[in-house]
Amino acid sequence: MRALAIEQLDVDLGGRPVLRGVRLHLDAGELVGLLGPNGAGKTTLLRAILALIRPRGGRVLVEGRPSRPGRSAIGYVPQRHEFTWDFPISVEQVVLSGRTGRVGLLRRPGVADWRAVGEALDRVQLAALRRRPVGELSGGQRQRVLVARALALAPRILLLDEPFTGLDMPTQELLGDLFASLAAEGRAVLMTTHDLVAAMESCTRLVLLNRTVVADGRPEELQDVEVWMRTFGVSETSPLLKLVRAV
Amino acid sequence: MSITDFFTDLLNPDLAFLPKALAMAVMSSVVCGVVGCYVVLRGMAFIGDAVAHAVFPGIAVAFVFQGSLVLGGAVAGVATALLIAIFSQNRRVKEDSLIGVFLVAAFALGIVIISQAPGYAGSLQQFLFGAITGIPDRDLYLVGGTGLVILGLVLALHKEFVAVCLDREMSRSMGLPVFWLDIVLYVLVTLAVVISLQTIGNILVLALLITPAAAARLLTDRLGVMMLLAPAIGGGSALIGLYLSWSYDLPVGGTIVLVATAVFLASWLWAPRHGLFTKRWRAVRADERSEGAVPKREVAVGGGAQ
Ligand SMILES: Nc1ncnc2c1ncn2[C@@H]1O[C@H](COP(=O)(O)OP(=O)(O)OP(=O)(O)O)[C@@H](O)[C@H]1O
Ligand SMILES: [Mg+2]
Repeated sequence: MRALAIEQLDVDLGGRPVLRGVRLHLDAGELVGLLGPNGAGKTTLLRAILALIRPRGGRVLVEGRPSRPGRSAIGYVPQRHEFTWDFPISVEQVVLSGRTGRVGLLRRPGVADWRAVGEALDRVQLAALRRRPVGELSGGQRQRVLVARALALAPRILLLDEPFTGLDMPTQELLGDLFASLAAEGRAVLMTTHDLVAAMESCTRLVLLNRTVVADGRPEELQDVEVWMRTFGVSETSPLLKLVRAV
Repeated sequence: MSITDFFTDLLNPDLAFLPKALAMAVMSSVVCGVVGCYVVLRGMAFIGDAVAHAVFPGIAVAFVFQGSLVLGGAVAGVATALLIAIFSQNRRVKEDSLIGVFLVAAFALGIVIISQAPGYAGSLQQFLFGAITGIPDRDLYLVGGTGLVILGLVLALHKEFVAVCLDREMSRSMGLPVFWLDIVLYVLVTLAVVISLQTIGNILVLALLITPAAAARLLTDRLGVMMLLAPAIGGGSALIGLYLSWSYDLPVGGTIVLVATAVFLASWLWAPRHGLFTKRWRAVRADERSEGAVPKREVAVGGGAQ
């Protein structure tokens, strides 16, 4: 059974078509990079997978069943600016907040919850900073906090929205390695990014999206510059294509 | 007047309204301090302001028909909070101008209604600026009971409120009922405002909600500590404010708010980590240390710690 199966997905936002006929499959162990220009619908696709927006047509199956908030085994790592970083709260409390839905109304987090928090923090190597207020972290550390928060639910599918944006190269590499090993442990990982080099480097598969899936294949299979031109709407002389040919 | 005289007066049966006023002021400040933490952290001070305006017609109607002011205010306030919650779900609508229009209108309506009651001038002043006399026992119990319910709900839903504050989208994806949590929070803010109206008054109640929580935020980076400090600051300000008001014959609401503001200013200047003078002082210390044989790199670290 597929970890994630998206069939003929159509999504409208504000009365305008945003996604049309999107078809995408993910298996456990894959790290898939979702590439596309600004406004291509990458974030919208992630939100549709999480069932935060109701699609106009088509369906999203998570491990064979329709996606449902709080029920499906999906971990979500939104863009860093979605989070209120000036909140007076420690790293471990933020990671614990990822389990709020699981703990349930009128209940307090128990031993199992704290154990999951500890494991998630170890996984992203933030255990040493667990009591630090989140406002006092660097961009790379913040990104790892958000990943740990998603991991606290022990998800089998991980969705990451632009995890590399605004980070320097060493930090990107560190995170890229982390995502690769999270996938290698048997999770299905889907991440949007604008970082072509990092995506080519660490992803097992790339999906080019612009309103619909333009191309889908292993990095070495996407040497045809025509699909890149179509996805990003650039001309043959674009530096983007030089980059594609180089890697 | 000395503190001992104040306590003697508190126990004086002829001044029975004084302990009642103290109980009201302290209870409402404590509740406002706790709820205010969410208000400050979510940056939703405008809701407090909106509600404070909107309860006025409710209170005016209650006054004209001689009903419970707390109840009248609560009904009008909760209705407003629900409307705001519903409107603010649609993030494309700019709610602040909407609130500006409707709530000043509500306030105006309140003034018109209350002007129909004989001898309204005195009562109007009481609503606007608060008073310590004329609190019926019934309201004392109502405020106490409501306060307990508010604190109970905060305790029960704290982790959900925090999750929504941190990240709405993530909370939705976890299956939390974000819309209903917003409604409950708005209603809690409204009730906190309503129970504080009697002593503090309509105009100043926003300060009771914001100032202690903002001061507490300056003093700590831990939410749990903040939510204990804010009610402590609020309750303490109420006690000291009432004492000063009684001793020097000052308006009670204004005095309480000024005491809380003094605490806020003191926190702003001397808070352990984020205070203005504290940072200066640390910088001076770092400079002094760096004058010795400290390697350059450590100086940089000392400077960076500001
Ligand atoms: N709430 C909304 N209402 C209406 N249209 C929206 C809404 N959110 C996004 N859109 C539109 O949907 C399209 C896709 O947006 P989306 O955020 O998914 O793009 P993206 O690929 O994530 O872009 P970026 O790289 O800039 O993050 C855009 O054209 C955007 O204008
Ligand atoms: Mg996006």
